[in-house]
Amino acid sequence: MENNEQATETSESLAATAPPFVAALQREHPECVSEVISAFGEFTVVVPRDHIVAACSFMKTSPDTQFNFLADICGADRGPEEEPRFEVNYHLFSTTKHHRVRLKVLLNEEDAHVQTVTTVWKTANWHERETFDLFGVIFDGHPDLRRILLPDDWQGHALRKDFPLRGYEPYSLK
Amino acid sequence: MSSAPTIPPQFEIVDQPLDTQMTISMGPQHPSTHGVLRLELVLDGEMVVKATPDIGYLHTGMEKLFEYKKYQQGIVITDRMDYLNPLGNNLAYVMAGEKLLGLEIPERAQTIRVLMCELQRIASHLVWLGTHALDIGAMTVFFYCFREREKILNMIEAASGGRLTPSYFRIGGLMMDLPAGFENRCKQFLDGFLPSLQEFHTLLSGNKIFQRRTQGIGRISAEDAIDWGLSGPCLRGSGIDLDLRRANPYTGYEKYDFEVPTEPDGDVWSRYMVRMREMKESHKIAVQALSRLRPGPVKADAPKVVLPDREAMKSHMDALIHHFLIVAEGFDVPAGEVYHPIEASKGELGVYMKSDGGPKPSRVHFRGPSFVNLSALPVMSEGEMVADVVAIIGSLDIVLGEIDR
Repeated sequence: MENNEQATETSESLAATAPPFVAALQREHPECVSEVISAFGEFTVVVPRDHIVAACSFMKTSPDTQFNFLADICGADRGPEEEPRFEVNYHLFSTTKHHRVRLKVLLNEEDAHVQTVTTVWKTANWHERETFDLFGVIFDGHPDLRRILLPDDWQGHALRKDFPLRGYEPYSLK
Repeated sequence: MSSAPTIPPQFEIVDQPLDTQMTISMGPQHPSTHGVLRLELVLDGEMVVKATPDIGYLHTGMEKLFEYKKYQQGIVITDRMDYLNPLGNNLAYVMAGEKLLGLEIPERAQTIRVLMCELQRIASHLVWLGTHALDIGAMTVFFYCFREREKILNMIEAASGGRLTPSYFRIGGLMMDLPAGFENRCKQFLDGFLPSLQEFHTLLSGNKIFQRRTQGIGRISAEDAIDWGLSGPCLRGSGIDLDLRRANPYTGYEKYDFEVPTEPDGDVWSRYMVRMREMKESHKIAVQALSRLRPGPVKADAPKVVLPDREAMKSHMDALIHHFLIVAEGFDVPAGEVYHPIEASKGELGVYMKSDGGPKPSRVHFRGPSFVNLSALPVMSEGEMVADVVAIIGSLDIVLGEIDR
């Protein structure tokens, strides 16, 4: 809740205008919502790390939300000096109601672990592998957490802000 | 008569059935993998027990590169992702930027975007059709498809200067207006396209061999398709009526009249039929867009973001200053994050763009439809024959440039 001063609307002012799917999550699982941000016509729900699986299962199954389609998972690095440093964004979509929401988990660098959501959607498998590969976020309970885009023996995580654009040394296959 | 030559023991034919499983590597140089996809197949005889896709051979760190380039420089990177549908990639990227900037795009620019995207969708589907048929063994279709595709690429070249890497859409509108004579040329192509499409149908759809190779192969149910995140023709091939041009309309698609084809079976044949019918719908949209072209500006009224006209730049001081600043320093984009999905030729192409302010994005992520569709390949191919895996890969219509980024 440190970011309340930023230009976008935050939880308190949104209570009246929040769309039904965000309101339903707030009502049924208040512990899953630490902040709601509305910006550029999109809704972002910041979810505490430990509750992401509960939030996703609720969003998928509840008749008010029906987010049965996981469009995307992507990581983001705010920079080595930021705390929490990493974001993991879950972009949810409903094939019946056609609405979208973004769930966001914030992670510290020393403890970049989050529970996998492959138990909720199978498609999360490759998205989580990609996020692990490029950011080094560990998805606990993932069935097959290997690198996906970079070689298995690659050192470091390429999309972190402190990883140089051209790498540390020319890569050669060993 | 001499006796039969004695066979050394190591060459003796062992009359035993293969009772063990065999692991083979299909690709990365296999011609039917459409690039550099490697599949690790565990086989029992000719049946696939387990298929594990191995990707990353074409990884070039594009998402990292975006963070070091200004917003307008990023457009040329998007051309190289899904190189069969570059205008779709341009559109998703520039629309994410426009969402952050809050730009209004003029009517004519929007219509041209729709027209070009639908032409590009037809071109992309034609490559799919040609190569899919080629993989299955029908050589002829390929040449017919590329003949038609060439006409579209020539039109894209006339408009943008590039055949495969157009970078035609810019943040705030288009690179430039359509060239003189484009509308006639486009009309000529569209008039001749439906007979060509009929030609493709006569080549393949009634072909018994093609039907036997595709019907009932590589099935995926509607529930599984959603669970695995399939999108585009692969999802509609499983009977789900979802098209983002309808569900989340963008750049004015809500004003066009078209149908969303679906097929119920979820097999290779269904995905084939969906794409064939989709080309007809794209043709319909393109005809409507062409008839709606009215003279007008093609760039938004945002001098700090959109490059000024050449003539204005030579006569107006402020236009010259803006031109210099945009090229030398870029334009500042307000802080925030957006996710913009479009219906590309292969499915949902989403761009996640995060800005911390300043002329360069903090993070750009592409949700490639091929990436997600390929992840469902094991579900479709396990239990099928090796030769059917080729048909299934073809029916997914993957482009490795987008998967590996």
